[in-house]
Amino acid sequence: MTIRLNGDPRKISGPLSVSALLQQLEIDARRVAVELNTAVVKKAAYDSSVIKDGDEVEIVNFVGGG
Amino acid sequence: MSALVIAGRTFRSRLIVGTGKYPSPVIMRAAHEASGTDMVTVAVRRVDISRKTESLLDYIDTAKIFLLPNTAACYTAADAIRTARLGREAGMSNWVKLEVIGDEQTLFPDNEGLLEATRVLVKEGFVVLPYTNDDPVMCRKLADAGAAAVMPLGAPIGSGLGIQNPNNIRIIREQATVPVIVDAGVGTASDAAVAMELGADGVLMNTAIAGAQDPVAMARAMKLAVEAGRLAYLAGRIPKKSYATASSPLQGVIGT
Repeated sequence: MTIRLNGDPRKISGPLSVSALLQQLEIDARRVAVELNTAVVKKAAYDSSVIKDGDEVEIVNFVGGG
Repeated sequence: MSALVIAGRTFRSRLIVGTGKYPSPVIMRAAHEASGTDMVTVAVRRVDISRKTESLLDYIDTAKIFLLPNTAACYTAADAIRTARLGREAGMSNWVKLEVIGDEQTLFPDNEGLLEATRVLVKEGFVVLPYTNDDPVMCRKLADAGAAAVMPLGAPIGSGLGIQNPNNIRIIREQATVPVIVDAGVGTASDAAVAMELGADGVLMNTAIAGAQDPVAMARAMKLAVEAGRLAYLAGRIPKKSYATASSPLQGVIGT
């Protein structure tokens, strides 16, 4: 399936949970926030939130800023 | 000297520092230490999926330093609200330095969007610290909307011009029912001292420290300036007069 990840199309095998996607991308779940189709996914819901074909996913973290 | 209290949370330092534009993360960490700050701003941005990058958080002792996520580069209330929600989830605190920018060249705030986003986020339980222009009326509207503090700019972000409208900052402080943090525009230590002498409860800066030739030394200068300015404000300065008043006695002058 193809999702839109941080603005770019990306082919992944799925559907899969937010937890599984983060694991696949080797991203530490504790230090990021995830949006699924413009709604924030709470950390407690990472296992139960399923990403499907065509979904838009944003993964953000903190960077330097003023 | 009393501590800075915002929304019931106490900060030892009245200096809030940014985390952007330092020559290196190691220098940033040393500058934070030298500044004595216990609150730093951070930006919320997409994770770089293609390569592993160091985490900013590896260089911030979050046991000692409180993270204040910003909504920098958001030009609409909707984008700022969305970014604030992401920042809350990434940082696990409900505080936000709210920016809704209205103009690319000046980075001046969009007042309508700022007020709208403040109302929405306050309703959602956020502690909202809006970056605003130096307008007492706008600051009052933001406080009325539930902002936990107001953060008027001293000058455009990153400009280093110093406090452009000291009288407005003084009026904002006199009228405000919430803490006033002068945010942006500071260039050097005297600018920070001026902000504090005008009665500001704190100063927020990034470029003035990060962009200095020696950021760590400038961070210490800013710490001292904020403390000196606060002390001078509390001490109560003498009135300004046009003519001299002698400091030495006029009696007993020889030859008279």
